[in-house]
Amino acid sequence: MSVTTSQLADVATLARLQLDAEQAEPVTQAINQILGLVDQLQALDLQAVVPMAHPRDEIQRLRADIVTETNQREAFQALAPAAEDGLYVVPPVIE
Amino acid sequence: MNWEVVIGLEVHLQLATQSKIFSGSSTRFGAEPNTQASAVDLAMPGMLPVLNEHAVRYAVLFGLGIGAEIGRRSVFDRKNYFYPDLPKGYQISQFEQPIVGKGSFTVTLSDGTTKTIGITRAHLEEDAGKSLHDAIPGASGIDLNRAGTPLLEIVSEPDIRSAEEAVAYLKALHTLVTYLGISDGDMSQGSMRCDINLSLRQPGAIEFGTRTEIKNVNSFRFVERAIFSEIERQSDILEDGGVIIQETRLYDAERDETRSMRSKEVANDYRYFPDPDLLPVVLCDETIEAIRATLPELPEAKRERFKEQYGLGDYDAKALCDSQAMAAYFEEAANAAGDAKLAANWMLSELAAQLNANNLPLKQAPVSAQQLAQLIVRVKDNTLSNKMAKQVFDALWQGEGEVDAIIEQRGLKQVSDSGALETLVNEVVTNNPDQVAQFQATDEGKQKKLLGFFVGQIMKASKGQANPKLVNELLNKALK
Amino acid sequence: MTTSIRSLAADLRQGTTSAAELTQDYLQRIQRLDQQLNSYISVAPERALAQARAADERLANGDSSLLCGIPIAHKDLFCTRDLATTCASKMLANFVPPYDATVVERIDAAGAITLGKTNLDEFAMGSSNENSVFGAVKNPWDLTCVPGGSSGGSAAAVAADLCLAATGTDTGGSIRQPAAFCGITGLKPTYGRVSRLGMVAYASSLDQGGVMAKSADDCAILLEAMAGFDAKDSTSSERPVTPYSQHLNKSIKGLRIGVPRQYFNDQLDATMAALLQDALNELEKQGAKLIEIDLLQTELAIPAYYIIAPAEASTNLSRYDGVRYGYRCENPTDLQDLYIRSRSEGFGKEVQRRILVGTYSLSSGYYDAYYGQAQRARRLIAEDFAQAFSHVDIIASPTTPGPAFALGSKTQDPVAMYLEDIYTLAVNLAGLPGLSMPAGFYDHRPVGLQLIGNHFDEATLLRTAHQYQQNTDWHTRRPSLSTGAEA
Repeated sequence: MSVTTSQLADVATLARLQLDAEQAEPVTQAINQILGLVDQLQALDLQAVVPMAHPRDEIQRLRADIVTETNQREAFQALAPAAEDGLYVVPPVIE
Repeated sequence: MNWEVVIGLEVHLQLATQSKIFSGSSTRFGAEPNTQASAVDLAMPGMLPVLNEHAVRYAVLFGLGIGAEIGRRSVFDRKNYFYPDLPKGYQISQFEQPIVGKGSFTVTLSDGTTKTIGITRAHLEEDAGKSLHDAIPGASGIDLNRAGTPLLEIVSEPDIRSAEEAVAYLKALHTLVTYLGISDGDMSQGSMRCDINLSLRQPGAIEFGTRTEIKNVNSFRFVERAIFSEIERQSDILEDGGVIIQETRLYDAERDETRSMRSKEVANDYRYFPDPDLLPVVLCDETIEAIRATLPELPEAKRERFKEQYGLGDYDAKALCDSQAMAAYFEEAANAAGDAKLAANWMLSELAAQLNANNLPLKQAPVSAQQLAQLIVRVKDNTLSNKMAKQVFDALWQGEGEVDAIIEQRGLKQVSDSGALETLVNEVVTNNPDQVAQFQATDEGKQKKLLGFFVGQIMKASKGQANPKLVNELLNKALK
Repeated sequence: MTTSIRSLAADLRQGTTSAAELTQDYLQRIQRLDQQLNSYISVAPERALAQARAADERLANGDSSLLCGIPIAHKDLFCTRDLATTCASKMLANFVPPYDATVVERIDAAGAITLGKTNLDEFAMGSSNENSVFGAVKNPWDLTCVPGGSSGGSAAAVAADLCLAATGTDTGGSIRQPAAFCGITGLKPTYGRVSRLGMVAYASSLDQGGVMAKSADDCAILLEAMAGFDAKDSTSSERPVTPYSQHLNKSIKGLRIGVPRQYFNDQLDATMAALLQDALNELEKQGAKLIEIDLLQTELAIPAYYIIAPAEASTNLSRYDGVRYGYRCENPTDLQDLYIRSRSEGFGKEVQRRILVGTYSLSSGYYDAYYGQAQRARRLIAEDFAQAFSHVDIIASPTTPGPAFALGSKTQDPVAMYLEDIYTLAVNLAGLPGLSMPAGFYDHRPVGLQLIGNHFDEATLLRTAHQYQQNTDWHTRRPSLSTGAEA
């Protein structure tokens, strides 16, 4: 399977990455090379095999419902590119 | 034109856990922005989710409460999209293998008929944070306190056919979840939010029309209004020969109309896949049965039992079962007083009126079930007339003490001594010969009004303490 | 500077040296030699010396932890409290976490000294350490060659004696391959053996933190300190940790070593094959049994990995959006511009490529053909190994197709780069432990032999490597850079 430049542009939008005009072609090529690597998998009939999401068949452990975290806003927001009055600041979000 | 309205509701219910679904942050409402957002909630590098056992328990309780299949093995998936209130750039949700499967729910409508509404599934997911648009000029402020709060998304089948049914469904859902103790189901605080999927079709048609989704409606009233305005909008379009665009809309309460949401992009491919940081949730039969054993008596069952056990009618039974607290109060009062009917009456009139006037929930009522029972006992044994009893109730509400003490203190004991009353009656009859004559001259049917004069005189003379029933009896005898 | 953790631990207790002195020595070596290698992104002298003073106190009080006072380095993918954690990316170039990774906490608790953070391929994506925003790392054995990746910095630092041991991470071979290229021992534990909390995620179902050191013995000691259940990591195993460092001396007589025909075929470079056969013969001499086996699903590993890893990575990296921490572009015009430019400017080319591949393979219409198919292939691979382990104890294989390649020789061809991991990928897909140990030299460049174990059988891998190292000296060789004239 291979991807076209315009399909890749849609993928880039989904991933919030820029694919400008001069990059589009070479990146598409590189991606298609990688996809070529995985092509052999498509040919196989594996429908009878159960997909494996985790390397070991274990089940989720549950955590007790107690509050263990304290307020660390200051420490965390010291890392923020933009914070004001305790809020993270971003360009206006339109609803 | 007559349209059939087809509605499906998606309810997002905040579960009343202490901590968040995947982190140990508090879920308490109303904290300062970002003071309940841990490194996990903020999606800081290297952070990982761990599942809260109560979120699972509450989901299972809900499933059992609607008679649904419980997913023995459920999986968390990542739902991918970019939004500032979604720190990880994906929401942990459940896509193909939800924790609760098919179930159903019976609601009672205002005309007394019942309708069963199917529930397709319910799944666990995490809530997003909040975007504030007015806090900072020219920008949006993001508060992530809410990010990570556990949600149960309950999806109904498109079985609902009217705004009335929709509201009945939501109210019944509210009652159920409060009974189960899994959520306070408070739409105004956002702990229960509703998305409405609505389409129209010709009556008798098999296929569904194109539907729109109205998101995040947060009161029963707005649900009703949103449905009405959307039905109007869609039928106008269809009757003009137009087509409905499948889209997401918001209900604007001020304008009382729905409008299209600008920010939802054309194609949001969520790319669901199993979250590799979480393992499948596996529930064995023992666990489910252990949870089932903690199920309280559910609203429907309780209503039926009340009708049978206490001889209550539909309306009273429904009203008293509106919440577990109310039902418990009723049973305590009814049993202690030995009179279910009176307990029901007092609760649904005096008590309800006072709670409403003071905007108090039942659990904050200053009059306890025991006190109400005691009051009822004194009415039944004729110590108190109904009028006096209302005075005592008010005194109880003000915290003046126990029933008997109040009666004693205020001297409210009803006079039922027929000897004393006879004396009074004779006095009044003797002192008012003109009124007596008038009374005897009037037709029987019209006498009641004139009797009131004499009753009033006796009440005045007895400072309101004469037993009205006896007074009436004695008067009628005396005036013949 | 032929040292080991045990011998240094003895010196420290005898008073021949102190933690402060040892730390000072290493800091000076780093200052003198690392310009040539670029193995460290950041060095933390004050912090390290403060830790050393605390360690000296503990030693004075009779502390028995072997790691107490031992200078190590952390791959700059592990969050270290108050110490920059960059993941070799512009995206996190100024990120200073207010928390430690669990691995860091445990190693600190054992008393080791953190000298600094080592270089890596950006966000652990690469096999040559040429994808770092801080520049490529050089192989101490040949400065024109790559050290391997993504844990290239850790490998080079250990090989050049710029730290005694280091942590690494391994998603498709990122500990084992650089260990092989740099002539050191590296171990990737069983999936779930080591906590992933605070270890910046690349591919969540494949990532494991592990150890890189001069010997199996050193690896065992460090692994013991790092490993174990962590309640904050849902994928962490509750199985108790074997005291690896106490089980190294048992002989490997009778050990059944599987040798897969599909790995030792005519596709393998002849010189490599000869070198590795020598290593296998050595093991046989010590009493191990070499048994030819088949791993028929071998070919599925590359396609499965290059779907699963980028898919998981594409979503793991969605959190880097310029909102709460990390790089934000200048003057974003609107929200989408904030996202697009912060991410496009913050991430390097290889990272962006993998995000695109991953996003594509998860997108609607392609999920089942790609991701679903890869997860099925994964089960086949896991079952393949399981079947092999029913009649062998460990499996031996080349770690890499050849020795370290020249810098810049594969950067234009991502696929050629990806094929470097051909022997290591399957191990991550199956969640098994894997170790690489030095087994010879190809020209002047080291070559490694990989040992693959059954789930949670790190002990047998370490024991085998240790026994091999008792009877050979490949692991004691030093690059000339390292032994060069001391100032």
